Amino acid sequence: MCATCGCSGVTVELEQRVLAHNDDLAHRNREWFAEREVLAVNLMSSPGAGKTTLLERTIRDLDGGVTVSVVEGDQETAFDAERIRATGCRAVQINTGAGCHLDAAMLARAVHELDPPTRSVVFVENVGNLVCPALFDLGESYRVVIMSATEGEDKPLKYPHMFGTADVVVLNKVDLLPHLDFAVDTFVRSLRQVNQRAEILPLSATTGAGIDAWCGQLRDWM
Amino acid sequence: MHELAVTQAIIDAITEKTGEARICSVRLEIGVLSGVLVDAVRFCFDLVAEGTPVEGAVLVVDEPPGRVRCRDCDEVFGADHLILLCPACGSAHAEVLSGRELLIKSVEVSPACAPPAGAPG
Repeated sequence: MCATCGCSGVTVELEQRVLAHNDDLAHRNREWFAEREVLAVNLMSSPGAGKTTLLERTIRDLDGGVTVSVVEGDQETAFDAERIRATGCRAVQINTGAGCHLDAAMLARAVHELDPPTRSVVFVENVGNLVCPALFDLGESYRVVIMSATEGEDKPLKYPHMFGTADVVVLNKVDLLPHLDFAVDTFVRSLRQVNQRAEILPLSATTGAGIDAWCGQLRDWM
Repeated sequence: MHELAVTQAIIDAITEKTGEARICSVRLEIGVLSGVLVDAVRFCFDLVAEGTPVEGAVLVVDEPPGRVRCRDCDEVFGADHLILLCPACGSAHAEVLSGRELLIKSVEVSPACAPPAGAPG
């Protein structure tokens, strides 16, 4: 019986995943990237961890004639896309407005506009947020979570959904370690409690320390 | 607040299946390890449902508990968060058996049901 008015309602069994629509679109994105042999890397972090700076450095340092293009996700402004374009690289900015994450439909629109060439790399800079983007598959090839040494070693334990989904965790701003009370081994132990498989890459996007290992990881993925 | 997007996905998925039919109740399954807050979905539900055939529907949410198996010692234990440390051997090498569910289980459809006051149609 209907709980609203007592009428005799008919129960329709759906047994449907809530995010089925997003996951279908993500699957299509994944196929689209595979057809073009495009490596799509979803970069996620809290605001200010250094995603855009790492991208600028990567575009400069990833040699070997690899074409890089970027989808930038932010609530507002095109500042980050402008920073990326200043490196000579194609970039499309998505503004999510009130939205706190990118989803597969937004990425599909952006990459069709971006039109990346075959055998290239597309970086997706997600909205700076360690909660919401974790839940939404974009159809990316790999997920990278960036955290900076200024954020505290226990962050993986505070945001286990996000860190648990990472293929690689970048520890950025390691040039600041001498000035910080940040124990790298404590951070690694925290991360291992929520993710046993992720590669950990300590680096400084500002000084370039550790960038070779990061670029090596990208080349391994290509 | 990804629950707003999650709730929008719920309403869209229902109306895609049931069209204009009036929905009087919705049953969801949101596991405690799913990363989705039930209270936040409840908060968003009435707002997102407004102006759709789901407006005024009763929302029923089942919350399956987290159950986890240790891959090292086979211990099965309960978990209410995603820091999955085995209480028997301390290993973090764990497999989630249940608790990640995020499902629309069923809806109750009734053409005869009286729409709530103020609803269109």
